[in-house]
Amino acid sequence: MEESLAAAAFYDLEGTLVSTNLVHTLGFYARNQQGLLRSIKKSAATVLSLPLFAVTDQYSRKVFNDLFFQRYKGETEDRLRYFSEELFEDVLKPAVYPGALELIDKSRRLGLRQVVVTGALDISVTPLMRYLGIEDYVANHLEFVNGEATGRLLPPMIAAATKASWMRSFAERECLSLSDSYAYSDSMSDLPMLSVVGHPAAVNPDMRLRQTALHHDWPILNLK
Amino acid sequence: MVSLIRCQPGRISSLHSQDKMALQLRRKTHESVLYIDTDSAPRIIPSGEDFILEDLPVGTRVIYPKPPIKGLPNREAAIRYALNHPHETEPLYAQLYPGMRVTIALDDISLPLPPMATPDIRQSVLEVLLDLMSANGVDDVHLIIANSLHRKMTEWEMKRMVGSRIFNEFYPDRYYNHDAEWDDGLVKLGETRHKEPLRVNRRAAESDLLIYVNINLVPMDGGHKSVAVGLCDYESLRAHHEPQTIRDSDSYMDPARSELNHKIERLGKLVDEHMNVFHIETAINNRMYKGEMDFLIKNEDDFSAFDRMKFEAMRLAMSKIPRAARRKILHSVPAQYEMIACHAGKTEPVHAKIVEKCFDQYAIPIKGQCDILITGIPDISPYNVYSVLNPLLVQVMALGYHFNFYRNKPLLKKGGVLILQHPCYDEFDHNFHPSYIEFFNRLLPETRDAVVLRDKYEREFATNPSYVEMYRRGNAYHGAHPFFMWYWGENGRQHVGKVIAAGAENAHVPAMLGWDRADNLTEAIAMARSYMGRSAEITMLHQPMIGIADME
Repeated sequence: MEESLAAAAFYDLEGTLVSTNLVHTLGFYARNQQGLLRSIKKSAATVLSLPLFAVTDQYSRKVFNDLFFQRYKGETEDRLRYFSEELFEDVLKPAVYPGALELIDKSRRLGLRQVVVTGALDISVTPLMRYLGIEDYVANHLEFVNGEATGRLLPPMIAAATKASWMRSFAERECLSLSDSYAYSDSMSDLPMLSVVGHPAAVNPDMRLRQTALHHDWPILNLK
Repeated sequence: MVSLIRCQPGRISSLHSQDKMALQLRRKTHESVLYIDTDSAPRIIPSGEDFILEDLPVGTRVIYPKPPIKGLPNREAAIRYALNHPHETEPLYAQLYPGMRVTIALDDISLPLPPMATPDIRQSVLEVLLDLMSANGVDDVHLIIANSLHRKMTEWEMKRMVGSRIFNEFYPDRYYNHDAEWDDGLVKLGETRHKEPLRVNRRAAESDLLIYVNINLVPMDGGHKSVAVGLCDYESLRAHHEPQTIRDSDSYMDPARSELNHKIERLGKLVDEHMNVFHIETAINNRMYKGEMDFLIKNEDDFSAFDRMKFEAMRLAMSKIPRAARRKILHSVPAQYEMIACHAGKTEPVHAKIVEKCFDQYAIPIKGQCDILITGIPDISPYNVYSVLNPLLVQVMALGYHFNFYRNKPLLKKGGVLILQHPCYDEFDHNFHPSYIEFFNRLLPETRDAVVLRDKYEREFATNPSYVEMYRRGNAYHGAHPFFMWYWGENGRQHVGKVIAAGAENAHVPAMLGWDRADNLTEAIAMARSYMGRSAEITMLHQPMIGIADME
């Protein structure tokens, strides 16, 4: 008899398991610059960029990422790492949705591999992954030259369709069945990620994803 | 167009006197049973949110609900009397003492149907109970809705059920839904000698006294089912909510011949060993509608001009609005049930009294099975309150509830044809019935075999984290619930030779459920006769009705 393959639960992170998004993280780093003046300047620039981020996010996640991660240009790697624990304690941990821990726990008890696929930065999410007990995760990596961020991401950029292709490769490598796997996301940009598994679900979805989920008869969860 | 005003005296008078006598005699078997004659009016048949008029073949037997038993004149007094004169236990006031821990469990929104006009009976019982608690210094009181794997009730529904005063005092900390997926909130009581496990609500199990407040709509309700099912978890439920148990229940509306009931009684004994349960059961009459809507439960031959006018006005108004609006309107009409009995005390003697009263209200003596059974499916079921009657629920109403409304033997002969009247629209409620959608679209195309479905897929759905979360945090039925709905139709499915969906607006839903379809009832009857023969005996259940065919 053919042995059935193991499966996984793939999660988007921001907006899905935690209420924060990339901008909250950027805002945290902007507030924690060297010197008050620099902090004010960076924070103001972040606030002023919000409309632009919103528009580009609607247009293309790739364009959004190109623009967004430019804001990290000049940040030093050791500084980002130093503040990551504080970022976790002050921003990310309180933002974990009450139902997220439970969802992960239920999935884990089913023997599913727990995998986070996020467009956030690896530096900022590492403590959160430890807290959630998730060992398998993929995130974006900033490019550093001489210890300073260039404002570009190292390929492959994890967003939209690349999340799905990464999941396919991961499943192949780990001998996981995507048909028996689950995926959870809050955003329409993650439609490819949701589409490659047998059990997709929209979590706290935006309007467009809600409509899509209704159209495809996917479960709609509210973890808030 | 069919009209209610139909009278052909010329044809009647031309019949031989012997024939007339035969027809007259046939009409008088029981007040709830009549036979369609050449001069009979067309019958009103519910079809989802619509009501249609159909001429039935001469000789068709139509079964109406029994006239409602008169309600008790003073509901509160009857409740107080029951609490003070319980069966096989001390009066409730004698069991109360300051500092004790009391849990009051309540039936959920699936009872009664449709939801009754306020004040709900549960509110009346609670008002008496809580006064008694207060007078005896009992402060630690929780109210738990025994929803089992049903959807959790919404805040609005919970408020409507118990009234503002109680709601404001107890909600949300001390008035909440049972959660069958909250491990810390459950405790295992043990197993029966048949290895049936039972895990129930921890708060209820660890209370000094559990009071269960029940509304008994059909004989399947109440008794040990209240605690052992209403407050249990999935693993406990799957021991008896399974195909073979349903097949062995002949029928599950007849407690004495219901394997389901036997299993639940075993679990009930386990409950009684571990918990102190004071059971309050109430029986209600079958006055589903009164006033503007009462014509729906009347014999069409006895319609007054005003009744006809009301029906035509309703039909005209409903035809002008979309289905969702029609549904909304129908769901906003509360039932006018009245309490006809209240008993309290130990579960078994209390339940015996209430079931007896239920049968007084519902049992209709019927002689002879039929070859073709017709039933309209109204937009009323325990599982679609304020929601859509999706295809699986149409199935459970037809092959489950309507088929099982019998005692001794089925109303329909083995291998007979069941005709149901419903549009069978492919519509689901995404919030209430998410797992039903996957069950219908993914599993039914593969198999309709209940045993295979249970063995292969039930646990997958039950443990699907998305469905678990939607049950726990939202208002979704448990992931395993569509399976139970399928099993619920199992003895009907095993018994009937053919099911025809009359008035089905599409082909794929009946096909997916394994049914034939017909454009209308006339065509369905012709199809059924071609299958069963021209002399086939036809019986129609006049819906909406709650009645048990007491077969001789």
